[in-house]
Amino acid sequence: MRTPLYDEHRRLGARMTSFAGWEMPVYYSGIADETLAVRSAAGIFDLSHMGELLVSGPAALDSIQYLTTNDASRLDIGQAQYSLMCSGNGGVLDDLIVYRLGKHSYMLVVNAANTDSDACWIMRNKVGETQLKDESRTTASIAVQGPAAAAILSSAVSFDIDSLGRFRVQCGDVRGIRCRIARTGYTGEDGFELYCSWTEAVALWRAIVEVGGRLGARPIGLGARDVLRLEAGYPLYGYELTNSITPVDARLLWVVQFDKGDFLGKQAILTARESGPQKLLIGLEAIGKCVPRHGYNVRAAEDEVGRVTSGTFSPTLGKAIAMAYVCPEYSQTGRELDVVIRGKPCKCRIVPTPFYRPLEAAHPGKPTRRRARSAS
Amino acid sequence: MHPEDLKYATTHEWVRIEDDLATIGITDHAQSELGDIVYIELPQVGTTIHKGGVFGTLESIKTVSDLLAPVSGQIVEVNEELPETPERVNESPYSAGWMVIIKMDDPSESEDLMSADDYETFIQER
Repeated sequence: MRTPLYDEHRRLGARMTSFAGWEMPVYYSGIADETLAVRSAAGIFDLSHMGELLVSGPAALDSIQYLTTNDASRLDIGQAQYSLMCSGNGGVLDDLIVYRLGKHSYMLVVNAANTDSDACWIMRNKVGETQLKDESRTTASIAVQGPAAAAILSSAVSFDIDSLGRFRVQCGDVRGIRCRIARTGYTGEDGFELYCSWTEAVALWRAIVEVGGRLGARPIGLGARDVLRLEAGYPLYGYELTNSITPVDARLLWVVQFDKGDFLGKQAILTARESGPQKLLIGLEAIGKCVPRHGYNVRAAEDEVGRVTSGTFSPTLGKAIAMAYVCPEYSQTGRELDVVIRGKPCKCRIVPTPFYRPLEAAHPGKPTRRRARSAS
Repeated sequence: MHPEDLKYATTHEWVRIEDDLATIGITDHAQSELGDIVYIELPQVGTTIHKGGVFGTLESIKTVSDLLAPVSGQIVEVNEELPETPERVNESPYSAGWMVIIKMDDPSESEDLMSADDYETFIQER
């Protein structure tokens, strides 16, 4: 499948790949180049492959409360939250952003690979008078992420972009094209995700590329997107999150609100929290000149203690970083573990995530507000 | 397109032959496919290597790649500066990015390597 921007990517010389059935750009100029561009100026991403599921009706909130783990009743109109959908056994089915668009109207943005199964799951489990519309093939999405993102958008939108706070969404015109503009993202930088009609995607992309280009913004492929989200400590479904992993294991209890009422997976997640995780998600940084990658074993001396879920060399940090699930007894920050790479040990150290924090990079030593996490 | 005075392996190593010495690196096509090289592991001088065997590894951001010997022999020289400056493989794959020199056991092994034109055809057909 192709997004409406396929020809744009080819024209820009992108190396393409197949991702979740979609032909997507891996890189245009290079992964290191593009990662550094987002961190220093801004990047422009085609996210049209992702799923947009509209949930509406008098019981829309009730349905979303039952289907997801976070508390959507806290959302004002124009507010968004990160959340999870879990199955009855507490396993994660998807991670998503829930945007409240109206009094009884929500947009769930889900992973491309899970769009169809998520839609079926919602149809089967929604409650009362709730309608589901899958708008994934009529909604395109373009992200602008980086320290220059606000400056880029401010010269292109019909309102004061600074009035749009983090995790807020509103409708507006971007160079005359009607969009939902959300201050959300997957890179750890300030940024925006724009949702427009499939048919206007090319015009929106070209407008953003033109405006953004003046402030150093470049088109960014999935290769750099994966490096950026890993540097920011964000999980990727299929790697850190699967249906055999609970929010307890993944250290995502901060998006599980047990006191909001009943929801799918609640009892299983409570039980998992009581008995403690079987395995725990940790961040690793390589001490030696080696790169831990997906699937490699993690050892403490001779003992097998876990497995790497994602790993890369981080051009931003100049070292290799990874996430892994390990036995909880081996999960202390600062502990050294070996990742086995083609039979040889790669010495690593457990470090807190995120690996990279933009505010700290700009102002070293200045205290930053970390995301609150529940103790596991 | 590809230096005419070199020979090429199907695994994208290039070879410069001078008597029984073979200087080896990877081609511009290979470095472009791999992306920015971040780490390079090369063998010790004195190591014996067989044609087709692994003589080192390259780590790029997204992948790891084996370096395969196009000829058999003994490693007599290694580009010791390269592990500190892996970007030379991307920037100058045919000069500053050279990796090892092998003293060949059997120089006739290099005869089945490709010419520059054959290599160009080879990569076009992939």
